[in-house]
Amino acid sequence: MNILALILVMLGAGAVAGLSERLHPAAPKWISLATFIVTLAWVGIAFIGGDAYANQYIPWIPRFGINIVLSIDGLSLLLVALTLFLGIVAVVSSWTEIERRPGFFQFNILWVMAGVVGVFTALDLFLFFFFWEVMLIPMYFLIAIWGHEDKAYASMKFFLFTQISGLLMLFSILALVYFNYAATGVITFNYYDLLNAELGGDVAFYVMLGFFVAFVVKLPGVPFHTWLPDAHTQAPTAGSVILAGILLKTGAYGLIRFVVPLFPEASADFAFWAMFLGALSILYGGFMAYSQSDFKRLVAYSSVAHMGFVLLGVFAFYEAAGVLVVNDLAVQGAVVTMVAHGFSTAALFMMAGALQERLHTREMSNMGGLWTRAPRMGAVTLFFVVASVGMPGLGNFVGEFLVLVGAFKANIPLTVAGALGVVVAAVYGLILMQRAFQGTPNPNVPSMRDFGLREMSVMALMMAGLIWIGIHPQELLDMSAPVVNALWQGAP
Amino acid sequence: MDLLWLVPVCPLAGSLILLLSEGRLDKRIVGIVGAGSVGLSAAAAFVVGLEFQRSGLESHTYAAWTWMEVGGFAPAIRLYLDGLSLVMMGVITGVGFLIHLYATGYMWEEEGYSRFFAYMNLFVFAMLMLVLGDNLLVLFLGWEGVGLCSYLLIGFFHTDPENGYAARKAFVVTRVGDTAMLLGLFLLYREFDTIDIGAAMAGAQAAWPDGSSTATLIALLLLGGAVGKSAQVPLQTWLPDAMAGPTPVSALIHAATMVTAGVYLIARTHDLFLLSPEAQFAVACVGLVTLFISAFTALVQRDIKRVLAYSTMSQIGYMFFALGVGAWSAAVFHLMTHAFFKALLFLASGSVILALHHEQDMFRMGGLWRKLPLAFWSMLIGSLALAALPLTSGFYSKDAILLTSFEYAWGGPLFWAAAAAAAFVTALYTTRMMLITFFGETKTEPHDHSGINMRAPLVILAVLAVGGGWFGLSPVGSVLPDRGLGEQDHTSAVALATMAAPILGIVVGWLFFGGKIDRSAIVNSRLGNALGRFWFGGWGFDWLYDRLFVAPFVWLARVNKPDAVDFVYRGTVVVMRRLHQVAVLTQTGRLRWYAVNMALGLVVVFLVAGVL
Repeated sequence: MNILALILVMLGAGAVAGLSERLHPAAPKWISLATFIVTLAWVGIAFIGGDAYANQYIPWIPRFGINIVLSIDGLSLLLVALTLFLGIVAVVSSWTEIERRPGFFQFNILWVMAGVVGVFTALDLFLFFFFWEVMLIPMYFLIAIWGHEDKAYASMKFFLFTQISGLLMLFSILALVYFNYAATGVITFNYYDLLNAELGGDVAFYVMLGFFVAFVVKLPGVPFHTWLPDAHTQAPTAGSVILAGILLKTGAYGLIRFVVPLFPEASADFAFWAMFLGALSILYGGFMAYSQSDFKRLVAYSSVAHMGFVLLGVFAFYEAAGVLVVNDLAVQGAVVTMVAHGFSTAALFMMAGALQERLHTREMSNMGGLWTRAPRMGAVTLFFVVASVGMPGLGNFVGEFLVLVGAFKANIPLTVAGALGVVVAAVYGLILMQRAFQGTPNPNVPSMRDFGLREMSVMALMMAGLIWIGIHPQELLDMSAPVVNALWQGAP
Repeated sequence: MDLLWLVPVCPLAGSLILLLSEGRLDKRIVGIVGAGSVGLSAAAAFVVGLEFQRSGLESHTYAAWTWMEVGGFAPAIRLYLDGLSLVMMGVITGVGFLIHLYATGYMWEEEGYSRFFAYMNLFVFAMLMLVLGDNLLVLFLGWEGVGLCSYLLIGFFHTDPENGYAARKAFVVTRVGDTAMLLGLFLLYREFDTIDIGAAMAGAQAAWPDGSSTATLIALLLLGGAVGKSAQVPLQTWLPDAMAGPTPVSALIHAATMVTAGVYLIARTHDLFLLSPEAQFAVACVGLVTLFISAFTALVQRDIKRVLAYSTMSQIGYMFFALGVGAWSAAVFHLMTHAFFKALLFLASGSVILALHHEQDMFRMGGLWRKLPLAFWSMLIGSLALAALPLTSGFYSKDAILLTSFEYAWGGPLFWAAAAAAAFVTALYTTRMMLITFFGETKTEPHDHSGINMRAPLVILAVLAVGGGWFGLSPVGSVLPDRGLGEQDHTSAVALATMAAPILGIVVGWLFFGGKIDRSAIVNSRLGNALGRFWFGGWGFDWLYDRLFVAPFVWLARVNKPDAVDFVYRGTVVVMRRLHQVAVLTQTGRLRWYAVNMALGLVVVFLVAGVL
C-alpha cells in the first residue's frame, strides 16, 4: 500500500477539516471521523488483500543521504492500525465537548495522527525526526487551546520535556550519522545502512543513551514522567486519548525499532539499568496512581506503571549457553502490552472525559455512587479497570504475563518487583472504582445521562479488542514476531 | 466425555446472556437462566462423570485451542479430567446448582437480581476452569477469575462503602498470594520450559532428588498462592470481612468452592510437595495454626456468619493439615464433605437471617427451633457434621485426617493432639452457636416466606451432609499417592480419643452455654476478658497488618501526592526564574553604567587572553 499517500491524505483532510468550519460547525468532526474510518478501512483491506506490507523510497536530499524511506512491516502495521482506530475513538469521545474553533481542533487531531503514522513508518532517521516534531506541535496546541484550567502550565511543560528530549535525539542522530560517515565515508540517514554502523564502544554507549533518554521521556519512564500527569489532566478528552493511546507508544516503538537494533551491545550493557527503570516505573507509577484524587491523574500515573512493563520487557536480555540472547517472550509481551494498553487507557480517558462533561469535575471526592445513576458507565469502567488490573482473559494480562515470564530468565529480583506491581495495580484500580462509582450516591451529583449508542459502540469495540487479545493473541503475535526476530538478529 | 466442554461453557453463556441483557429480562427468566445454566452444567458433569468412570481411563483431555505461542512457549486452552478434577467438578456444579436454586428465592427482593446471577454464573465458569485447567496458565485464569467474582459479589451491595472495603481487601490480600504463585509458575517454566502440570510434575520427579531446594522453593511459592485463596494464616484476614456478601455467595464462594482452591492446587501439584518434606511440613504447620486460631476465634463471635466464616477457615485448616501430613485423599474427602455441610449451614443460617429481616447477631435471635423447623433441623445436621459426630459425613473425613496425622513422621503425636484439641473446640463453638440461635427466649419474631426453591436445596444438602461420607472417595485414589481411606485401625486408644473429642466438646458446650454452669466468672475474669477480646478480633492480625502495611502506604501516598520527582523539575524552574531576575537587574537604562561594564568586560577579556 502507498504509505506516503496515506499520510498525505490525513494531512490534506486536516486542512480541509480546518477550512470546512466556515461551512458548518459540525463539518470538521464528520470529515475527521470519515477520514479515520476510510484510512482504517484502507489499511484493513490492504491487510486482507495481502499487500499491506510495503516499502517506499523517494529521493529527497540525496546530497546528505536523506531520503523518504517509508516501510510497513508487521510491527508498524499493528501500531498504524491502532493509531487510526484510536483516531476514531478520539473524535467520538470529543463529539460534543469541543465548541470553540472546531475546525482547527480537528486539523490538529489529524495532523498529530499523520505525524504518528509517519513515526511508525519512517525508516530514514531524518524523516523520522521530522515526523517526530510534526506530531508534537499539534499536540501542544490541543492542550494549550482546548485544555482545562491549568492548560498554560501543562502545555508548556509538555512542550519543554518533549523539545528537550527531541533535541537530545537530534544530537544522537547526527552523532550516529557522523561517526558512521567517519568510518565509512558515506553520509546516510538510512536506517538499514546505519544498522551496520560500527561505532566504538564508548561512543555507541553515549549515542545509545541519547536515543534511550529521548524515548523514555516519551514512554514515559520514571524519573522523566512528570510531564505526563499534568499534560493528561489538562488536555481535552481527545488529547488524552491520543496521548495515552498512541503518543506513549512512539517511545516504546523507538526502543524496539531503533535503540536495540542500532546499538545491540550498548543496549545489552545498559540492560540492567533499563530494566531497573522499568521495575521502578511499575511500582512508583502504581503507587502514585493510588495517591491521586483526580480521575485523570490516576489513570495517567497508571500509564507510567503499564509502560514500565514495556521497558522491563524490551531490555530483558538473558544469557543462554554463555551468550546473551534476545528475549522473544518478553519483547512480544511488550508489543502486546502496547496494543492492549492503547485500548484500556484510551477507554478510561474517554470515561474520564465523559464524566467531566457531565459533572464538570474530575475530583473523585465529588463523585461516588455513580453506578446507581449510570450503570452502563459503571459497568464499562469496571471492565477496563479489571483489564488494566491484569485479569487473565483480557489483553493486558497476556502482555504483562509474557513480559514477566520472559524477564524472569533475565533478572529475578527486578521481575519480582515488577510482579509486585500487579498487587499495586489492584490497589489503585479498585480504589478508582470505589471512589467514583461505588459507595453512597453523592447527593450533590446531578442526575446524569448514561452512555448512549454513540459511546457504547466505541466502548464495545475496545472491549471486543481486549477480549480478543486476551484469549487469542496469536494473530497479533504472528504479526510482530517476524519483525522482532529479524530486527534483533544483530543483537548479541 | 465429549460433553466436557459444555460443563464450563453453560455457566459462561448464562453469565453473558445476563450481562448483555443489562437487567432488562423478567426476573423469572433471570432465575431460569441463572440457575438453569448451572443445572445444565451439573447434568453435563454427571453424564461426563459416569462415562469417565465406565471408561476406566486414568485421564481425559479436551483441547480447545492454543492460547498463545511465542518461541517455545505455547500454553493451550485445554481441559483435563481425572479423578481429582472429577470430584471437584461434581462439587462445584452440584453444590453450585443447589445454591443457585436457593438464591433465586433468597435474592428475590434485592435490587440487581440479574447482575447477581451474572456474577454467580461467571464464578462457576471460572472455578470450573480452575479445576479443569490442564496447565498452570489456564488454572491461573480460573484462579484470578474466581477472585474477581469474589470481589464483585462481596461488594454486591455497592452503595455501602464498608462492603466495598471488604471486597477490595479480599482482592488485594489474595493477590499477594497470587503473585507468589505466579513467581512459582515462572520458576517452574524456567526449569522445565513448560507450564503443563503433568509434564512439569513428571519433569520435577525426574530431575530433582528428594529434598531438592528448588522443589522446596517452588512448592512454598505455590503454597503462598494457596494460602491467600484459601484464607490460611498469614493471609487469612480477608475471609471474615468477605461475609459482607449475600449469604448464598458466602455459601458457594467463601465456603464450598473458591476457598478450597488452595487445597486443590496443592493436591494437584502433590508430586512437587512429595519431593520436599520441608514444604509439606510448612503446609501442615499453616493448616494447624489456622485451624487452631480460627476455632478459638469462632468461639467468641456474635455474628452468625462470622462464626461460620471462622469455622470455614478452621476446616480448610484441617484440609491443609491433612495435605501436609500426607493424608492426601482425606484432604480432598474433607473438602467434599465440608462443601456439603458448610453450604448447608450457610444456607440454613441465610434462611434464619432472611426470616429475621437481615438480623445476623446471634444474641438477637434465640428460641427459633420451633418457629423455623426446617432451618433448625438443617442447621443441626450441618452442625453435627461440622463437629464430626460419628455417622455424619464430617466424621469420616476428619477421622481419616486425624488418624493419619498421628503417624506423621515429623512429630505426628503432637500434631494429632493439637488437631484433636481443636476438634474439641469445634464442637464447643458449634454447640454455642446452636444454643444461642435456636434455644432460649425468642428475641425477634421470624417471618418465614421461603418457597420450595429455598427449601429443596436445604433438604438435599442435609441428606448429603449425613450420607456424603458413606461413599468414600474412590475416584481420587488413582490420582493421589496415599493408601485408601478407611484402612486405619478404629479400635486403638488414639482412634477412640479422636472420636471422643467432639462428643466431649458438645457435652461441655451444653453445660457451659446451656446455662448448666455459670460461666460469667470465667468470662468476666481479667484473663477471660482479655482473651475474649483478643480472640474476637481474630488474634490481632488485622491490627498488625494495618500498622505494618496499610498505614505506612496510605501515609506515604498522601505525603507524596505532588510527586517528589517533580520537585527536581519545578526546582529547576525556580532557579531559572531567580537567575532571570538577577539578569534583569543589570538592565538599568543608564548609559554610564553600561559603558563602565563594557570597559571592565574588555579588560577581563584581554587579561584572560594574555594569561592564556
